[in-house]
Parts: sequence; structure tokens; C-alpha cells
Amino acid sequence: MSDTALEPGQGGAAPLPASHDMSEVRDWIALLKPRVMTLVVFSGVVGLLVAPGALAMPPVLAVTAILCIAVASGAAGAINMWFDRDIDAVMRRTAKRPIPDGRIAPRAALAFGIWLAVGSVTVMWMATNLAAAAILALSIAFYVFVYTMWLKRRTPQNIVIGGAAGAFPPVIGWAAVTGDVTLVPIILFAIVFAWTPPHFWALSLWAHDDYARAGVPMLPVTAGARETRRQIMFYTVLLAPLGLAPWLVGFAGPAYAAVAAVLGAMFLRHALAVLRDAQDEAGRSLTRDAPAKACFRFSLYYLFVLFGALALDRLVLGA
Amino acid sequence: MTPEELALFHKRRRGRNIAILLVLVGMSVLFYFVGMARILRG
Repeated sequence: MSDTALEPGQGGAAPLPASHDMSEVRDWIALLKPRVMTLVVFSGVVGLLVAPGALAMPPVLAVTAILCIAVASGAAGAINMWFDRDIDAVMRRTAKRPIPDGRIAPRAALAFGIWLAVGSVTVMWMATNLAAAAILALSIAFYVFVYTMWLKRRTPQNIVIGGAAGAFPPVIGWAAVTGDVTLVPIILFAIVFAWTPPHFWALSLWAHDDYARAGVPMLPVTAGARETRRQIMFYTVLLAPLGLAPWLVGFAGPAYAAVAAVLGAMFLRHALAVLRDAQDEAGRSLTRDAPAKACFRFSLYYLFVLFGALALDRLVLGA
Repeated sequence: MTPEELALFHKRRRGRNIAILLVLVGMSVLFYFVGMARILRG
């Protein structure tokens, strides 16, 4: 950790009352984007658990691999917050983050992120294998350089291509056990990849004012809400059959297939409700984006239940 | 900087030093167990 934030009065990190000691810890934790980390860790755990030979892996190595995925996710989040501090400051949703609010110095956050990134990749290599460590490094680099620094401010397709960064964890979990990448982890990657656009665009439908203020070219800002609704539908149509792919290739059993089919149908119903939402001439929702909010909530539920069903199918039913 | 501010500054630095110590101890324990697991697995 850099001493930068310790210097009194520098970078907004002036001494705080003693009662604020814990809030400083919370600020450092906030840099790791813990809510994003939850999903990353969960999909990484599933990738690890469903890999052949997972149960023969020493638990300490499995736990270390998951810890590395979590820390790497946090590292990428911290570096993202360092780079995006200017746009975070003008968006309502992010203005109170530790860097734009002056509670952590930007340089300290960057150093924190870099140390965590290097540490997580090194420990992953030491605990598991080179393949898992290399994919972990690639996922951090992809999120930081491709998504954060290159795409996010340049193209409305930022979420589509950048979504690949969030799709790596199940592949990393799998590689940590097997040392290679086969068809199944690629399918898991594809599921998260196709899931990301409807998930984020549903959110951006009602948060696009914030993005417009910050000059971030999210799809509703550049192409309008109507086109965003069509794109949500398009990716959901792609996602629904992809959810069945683990069963189609013989990796999962009928119980998983049933869950995937029901979840896919429910997601399609939500996407259709978003598409048919009452709108004005400009495509703006007349229902305060109620269907988009429901779609966003369901998308979170979808991934947790789908991946949970896959893990249960493999571990309990032994598909 | 007033004496009160200086005292708070030292208190925060002490807290961070303790946090770094705990991280280092945790990493040492982790490395030990990871090393043992890899050796035992062959």
C-alpha cells in the first residue's frame, strides 16, 4: 500500500476523527467493488467445482484459487476507479466513491490495485498452474486496458466487448483445476458474455442521464432507449439457448436442462416486457422503466440460479 | 498541523501498519499451506 494517502492534507486524505478509522477501511474495501466481486467469485467457484478432478484438488489450493480470483477482481476494480475518477465525480451513482469524494488519493488507489493484481496472479501461479495465472492476468488486463481505458468512453458497444472481462472467472476456476481450457469453460464464458449486455443495458435504461452527464457513450445515450430495448431482446434470444448448451454437449443432465429452459423463458418474458414498455415518441418509458428494473433484477437471479443448478447437477446428481 | 491532528495522523498510521502486518502474516500462513499442499500432492 502506498503511503500517499497517509500524508496529511494530500489528495483529500486529511486526518479524520478517530471514529472514522473504520470508515477508512471501508473505503479501501469499496475500491475493490465488492458487489461485482460477489458475482465474479460465484462464477469462479462454479467453474472450479464443475471441472473434472475438482473434488481431488486440495481444499487449500481451491480456496487460494478463489481468493486470487476475488483479489484480482478487486484489483481491476481499484484501477478502474482510479482511471474513471473524473467521470465518477459527475455521476450521481458514483460521486461518493472514495476517490472522487477525496477520501483516498488517486495514486494510492492505483498502487493498491497494481499490488493486488501482481500479487493475485503470482499466488495463483504458485498455488495452481500457469494457465490459470495467465488467464487471470489476461482478465485484469482486458478489464483495465480494453474496457476501462479503450472502449468505455469510445463506443456504445463497450459493454458487449468489455463484458468478456467478466466472463473469464468460470474459465479461470476451471483452468485452476485442470490446467487447460476445453469446450465447457468456453460455453460458460459465452453464457456470461451473452448475459452481460441485457444485464447492463437494462440498468442503463434508467441510469442513462448519469452516463450522458459523464459523456459515457452507453447505448441509450447514443442510440436511444428504443434501440436499447431491441438490443436487450437480441442478446436475450442469444442467451436463452446458450443456457442449454452444457446439457446439449452432454456435460449436464436433464435437471439442469429443465432449470435452464425455465430461466431462459423467464428472461425472454422480461426482455419482451422491456421491449413492449409504454413509451413516448422518443422511446422514453412512461412507466419509470419498471420492466427494465425488473429485468435487471431478474438477470442477477438468472446467473446465480443457472450456475448454481449446473454445480448441483454435477456435484449432487453426478451428471 | 496541530498536536491533535498529529496524534490522529499517528493513530491512523499505526492502524495501517497493523493491517499490513496482519496481511503479511496471513500471506505467510497461506504460502506455507499452499507449499505443503503442493508438496504432498507431488
